[in-house]
Amino acid sequence: MSDWYWIFGNLKWNSLVFFHAFESPSASEEIAAGAALMVILGGLWLVWLLTVKGWWRPLWRDWLTSPDHKKIGIMYVVVALVMLARAVAEAVVMRLQQAVAVNDPGFLSADHFGQLFSTHGTIMIFFMAMPFLTGVINYVMPQQIGARDVSFPVMNAVSLALTTAGAVLVMVSLVFGQFETGGWTAYPPYTGIRFSPGEGVDYWIWAVSLSSIGTTLSGINFAVTIYKERAPGMTLMRMPLFTWTTLCTAILMIFAMIPLTAATAMLALDRYAGFHFFTTDKGGDMMNYANLFWLFGHPEVYILILPAFGVFSEVIPVFSGKRLYGYTSLVWATMAIAVLSFTVWLHHFFTMGQSANLNAVFGFATMTIGVPTGVKVYDWMLTMYRGRLRFTTAMLFSVMFLVTFVVGGITGVMLANPTVDFATHNTLFLVAHFHNMLIPGLLFGMIAAMQFWFPKAFGFRLDERWGKISFWCWSIGFYVAFMPLYALGLMGAMRRSFEWYQPEFLPYLVVAAGGALLILCGLIALFVQLWVSVKHRDQLRVPAGDPWDAHSLEWMSAAPAPEWNFAVIPEVHGREAFLEAKRDGTAYLPPERYEDIHLPAHSAMAPLIGVGALALGFGLTWHIWWMVAAGFIGIWAVVIARSFVTDTGHVIPADVVQREHERWLELVRNTPAVDRGVEQQSENLGHAEAVI
Amino acid sequence: MSAQTDPLYPGMTLEAADRDSHDAAEPVIFGFWIFLMSDLLLFAVLFATYAAMSTHGQADAPGPRELFELGSIFIETMLLLGSTFTFGMASLAMKYDQGAGAVVFWMVVTGLLGAGFLGFEISDFYQFAVIEGAPPQASGFLSSFYALVATHGLHVASALVWMVVMFVQIAVFGLSREVKLRIMRLALFWHMLDVVWVGIFTFVFLFGVVQ
Repeated sequence: MSDWYWIFGNLKWNSLVFFHAFESPSASEEIAAGAALMVILGGLWLVWLLTVKGWWRPLWRDWLTSPDHKKIGIMYVVVALVMLARAVAEAVVMRLQQAVAVNDPGFLSADHFGQLFSTHGTIMIFFMAMPFLTGVINYVMPQQIGARDVSFPVMNAVSLALTTAGAVLVMVSLVFGQFETGGWTAYPPYTGIRFSPGEGVDYWIWAVSLSSIGTTLSGINFAVTIYKERAPGMTLMRMPLFTWTTLCTAILMIFAMIPLTAATAMLALDRYAGFHFFTTDKGGDMMNYANLFWLFGHPEVYILILPAFGVFSEVIPVFSGKRLYGYTSLVWATMAIAVLSFTVWLHHFFTMGQSANLNAVFGFATMTIGVPTGVKVYDWMLTMYRGRLRFTTAMLFSVMFLVTFVVGGITGVMLANPTVDFATHNTLFLVAHFHNMLIPGLLFGMIAAMQFWFPKAFGFRLDERWGKISFWCWSIGFYVAFMPLYALGLMGAMRRSFEWYQPEFLPYLVVAAGGALLILCGLIALFVQLWVSVKHRDQLRVPAGDPWDAHSLEWMSAAPAPEWNFAVIPEVHGREAFLEAKRDGTAYLPPERYEDIHLPAHSAMAPLIGVGALALGFGLTWHIWWMVAAGFIGIWAVVIARSFVTDTGHVIPADVVQREHERWLELVRNTPAVDRGVEQQSENLGHAEAVI
Repeated sequence: MSAQTDPLYPGMTLEAADRDSHDAAEPVIFGFWIFLMSDLLLFAVLFATYAAMSTHGQADAPGPRELFELGSIFIETMLLLGSTFTFGMASLAMKYDQGAGAVVFWMVVTGLLGAGFLGFEISDFYQFAVIEGAPPQASGFLSSFYALVATHGLHVASALVWMVVMFVQIAVFGLSREVKLRIMRLALFWHMLDVVWVGIFTFVFLFGVVQ
C-alpha cells in the first residue's frame, strides 16, 4: 500500500496501459496502448469539436438536461453506436489472432485475449444492445401510443445517465489498468479475489451494476407508460406490435435485472469484504452464482430479441403494403415467449452437475420456445405473401433476419437437447449459435429500426445506396464469419482459445477472419451512410412526416416531431390507427380546439447523477474511498435537492401549438402525395398516396 | 357518478378529502407499486440464496440454532409491527384531512419505533459478529444471513432518511399535493418492509431455532 493510497487508492503510474508498452514492448501491449490512445484522442477530439463549434451550451441545455423521451432515445442510440464500433473492432482483432495462432502464439498475449472477449461480450450485451433497444423504444413507443412523454421523464434521463456512466467506466478501463478475463458472465470462483486480484473484475461489477439499475428503472418507466398513458381508444389489443414487444421487454426488465444486481452485489461482497457466497471454501457455492446469473441471463436474451421482433412487425407490413398478418397470434406468441423465458435458464449450464431428469425438463422447456417463435416467423412470411414488396434497406435487413434467424433457431433446438449439449458446450458451435441469434435477432432489428425511424427523428431519409452496401457486407460477412465456427465447434474447437494446435482448423479460421473484416466494412458503411445522408439531407428530406406510407400513430406528425409530439392527443378507433385515419381522410384535419400543453421542465439531475455514479464506480474499482463517498453522497444529495424543486414543468401555450400544427398541416396540403414507386427519390417529401 | 368513486389504484386513496390529488396519484402510485414489486424480487433472490446457503453453506461456523435468540427478535418484530400500525394512523390522518400536526405526530412515532428496531438489530449484529464470533466472513450461511437481514435493515434506514426529508418538506410546503403523494409512497414502502420482516422472522429466525 503506497503513501498515496488515501488519495489515489490502488491507482498507480504503472496502472496506465502506456506504461507497459514502454516497459515491455510487444505487439499485444502496443495494441492495448493504441486502443487507449484512441480513447484519449477521441475524447480530446470531442472536447475540441464542442469547443470550436460552441456546442457546449446547446449540448447541456438542449440534450443532457432534457427530459424529452425523443432526445433521450437518440442519445441512447449514440452511446450504442460508439460502443458497437469498439466491440466490433475487438471482434476483428480476436478473429485475426485466432487465424494466425495455429501452432503459433500469434500477436496477442493470453491475458489480453481474455480481456478482449470479456469486454466484447460485456459491451455488446450491456452497452450496445441494451442502449440501442432502450433508445429505439424511448423514441418510438410513446409516440406509437399517442402520449406526450413517458410517465417519469426525469427518471428516464437518470436511466440514460446510469447506463452511460457504466459505458464510460468500460472505456476508462482501456486507459487505466486491465479489464477482467472471465468472460461476460464473470463466473466465480475464477473472478473471486483469490484467483482474480486486481481491478479487472471490479470494473465489470460496477459497470454492469450501473447498467442493470438503469435498465430496471427503464423497465418500470416503459411498463407504467404503456399501462397509463395510452391515447383514448387505444385498448391493449389495438396497440402496435412494437408497443406490445416493448411491454413484454419492460416486464422482463423489471423481473430479470434484479437477480443480476443481486449476483454482482454478492460477488462484490466476496471480493471487497471477504464474504463467502461464491468462494471455494467455507461453504461458498458458485452454483448460486450460475443460477442467479442465468435467471437474469436467459430472460435477457428475450429483452434483446423481443424489441427487434417488434421492429420487424412494423417494418415488414409497411414495406409489403399490407396489414400485419395474425396480429392476435403475434401478441400471444410475444407473451408466451416472455413467460417461457423464465423457465429455461438451466440450459446455460446443463453440464454443471444437475440430474439427467432435471436437464431433460429444461431441455423440453427450451424447445417449447421454438413454437411461439415459429408462429411469428410464419406471421411475418404471410404478411409478405402477395404484398407489393419494396426492398428498402430496412426491409432487406428484415428479410435477411427471417432467413438467418431460422438457421440460428434450429441450432438452438439442437443445443436444447442436453445430450447434444454435452458434446458441444463451450465450443465454437455455441459461439456460432448465439451470434446467429443475436446478430439477426437484435442487431439487424436495430439497424432496420434506425433506417425506418431515422426520417421521423431527423426529417430526412438515410442514403439507400450506402444502406444497401452496409446490408450486403453485414449479411455476407455474418455467414462467412460464423458458418465456419459451427464446423469448427463440431471439430472440437473450444471457445475463448487464444492459440491452436490443430492445423486442420486453419482454413476455417482464416475464412472466419475474412467474415469479420466484411462485418467491419458493414459497420463502416453504416457510418458512411450517416455521413452521406447528413451531407445530402436537402435531397432526402421528408418534412411532411410519412415517408413510408406507414401504419401507426408516431407518423401522424411532422418530421421531426414537435417537442409535444401531438398537437392534440389523437383518438384511436382501431388497429393501425394512422392508416385508418389516412383512409378516412381524418389524418390531416385540424382539431376543433387547441389547449395548453404541460411538459416536464429540463433538469440537471440526471447528468449530475451520472457524474456521481461514474465517480462511485471508478472509486470502488480502484479503492479510492473519498471518491466513493463523494459519489454516493452526491447522488443522494441531488435526489433530495430535486425533491424540493416545485417548478417541475413548463407550459406550451395553445396558440404556439396551433401555429406549429397549422404550419405542418399547410405543409402536408402543399406537398404532393407520392406513389410508392418514387419512395426512394427526392420527390418523396413525406406525403404518401394511400395504396391499401 | 360511479367512475368517480372507483379507486383508480390499489391501496389507501385520497379521494375523500382531496379529489384532485387522488387523480394525480394514479400513475405515480402505480409506478411505485411496480418498483415495490422489483424490490420484493431482490428480497426473493436473497431469501432463495439464504435457503440454499443455510442448509449447505454452514462450514464449521455457528449455525442458526447456536446463534439465534428469539428474545430480541421478538422485540424487533413488535416494534416494526407497531410502526406499521402508527404509519397507518398517519395515513388516515392524511386521508381525512386532520391537519399536518396529526400526520407529523404519527410519523414521528413511526420513526421512533423504526429507529428502535434498527438499534436492536445493530446490537444483535454486534452480539453475533463480535461476541459470538460469527461474522459474515465466517461461512456462506452467515454471508447470506447478514446480506438478507442487513438489506432489510438498510431499507429501513433509508426509509428513515426519507421520513426526515418529509418532515422538512411538511415544514416548507405544508401538506401540498406533492408531499402527500410522497408520504403515500413512503407508507407503501414502510408496509412492504414490514411484510418482508414477517418473512425474515418466520423463515430465518423461527425456522432457524427449530431446525
